[in-house]
Amino acid sequence: MLNYIRFLIRITHAHRIFRRYFVVNGFDGALTTLGLIVGFYSAENVAVSVMISACMGAAIALAVSGFSSAYVSEAAEREKELKDLEQSLIKNLDDSAHATAARLVPILVAVVNGMAPLSMSLIIISPLFLVQAGVELPYRPLECATALAFLTLFLLGAFLGKISGRFWLWSSLRTLAIALITAVIILSLEY
Amino acid sequence: MPLLTRIALDVLKPHIPNALEFANAISENSPGCKITVTVIEVDEKTETTMVTIEGDNIDYDKIVNSVTTLGGSIHSIDEVTVSNFIQEAE
Repeated sequence: MLNYIRFLIRITHAHRIFRRYFVVNGFDGALTTLGLIVGFYSAENVAVSVMISACMGAAIALAVSGFSSAYVSEAAEREKELKDLEQSLIKNLDDSAHATAARLVPILVAVVNGMAPLSMSLIIISPLFLVQAGVELPYRPLECATALAFLTLFLLGAFLGKISGRFWLWSSLRTLAIALITAVIILSLEY
Repeated sequence: MPLLTRIALDVLKPHIPNALEFANAISENSPGCKITVTVIEVDEKTETTMVTIEGDNIDYDKIVNSVTTLGGSIHSIDEVTVSNFIQEAE
């Protein structure tokens, strides 16, 4: 079964799409959560439960948005590709692996696109969950969450560097710089 | 009983799966058979191939099923060998 799914992914070149969507929406999720965390940091004295609710709300919205948008666009794209192939072969491909892939791949892409921001957000706000569960952290939960956000974005940059074949550190420093600029802009705003 | 021992098919197929994957996938459904896939012509989205299957007793329906599942289309049967040896009583 796994080999068959791998085969379906290969005939649709979906592994590249998975990777792209994972990075793009994962980056979205991590940066959005960083923005919220830094916002709470500047607001001061926000209750942990409020922070968790706000972050979870944003993460779930990003996940649903990622899932639905990827599914709709990928399903349309796959359908078009299948029709083009059917025209070239002058044959109905309903019983082929290509038709199965055209139905299955949009769902898999949608899951990746939806899970990427959700998982990034959950990683970043994990210190807030720990504090709420009564676990004592060496630093304030917001500081831990901010550090995790920077680390997540740094690792995403390293992943991008690995894909492109460039030196991973440059790519990591670039995503880290984006995160820092975002945090500085948020902190510099006075409401 | 006549047994199909060799068959050559003119198959139009998408670029993916490639000839190696195509031959492997047919082979998985036809154990004991030797599969040869020769790419004759490459177009923008398709390839014209000659698929030759050799074996002691080829199940043609299984071959058709494999080719169809892989997105291929059998255009013609170009060569067939059928054996019908009479077993001598001892």
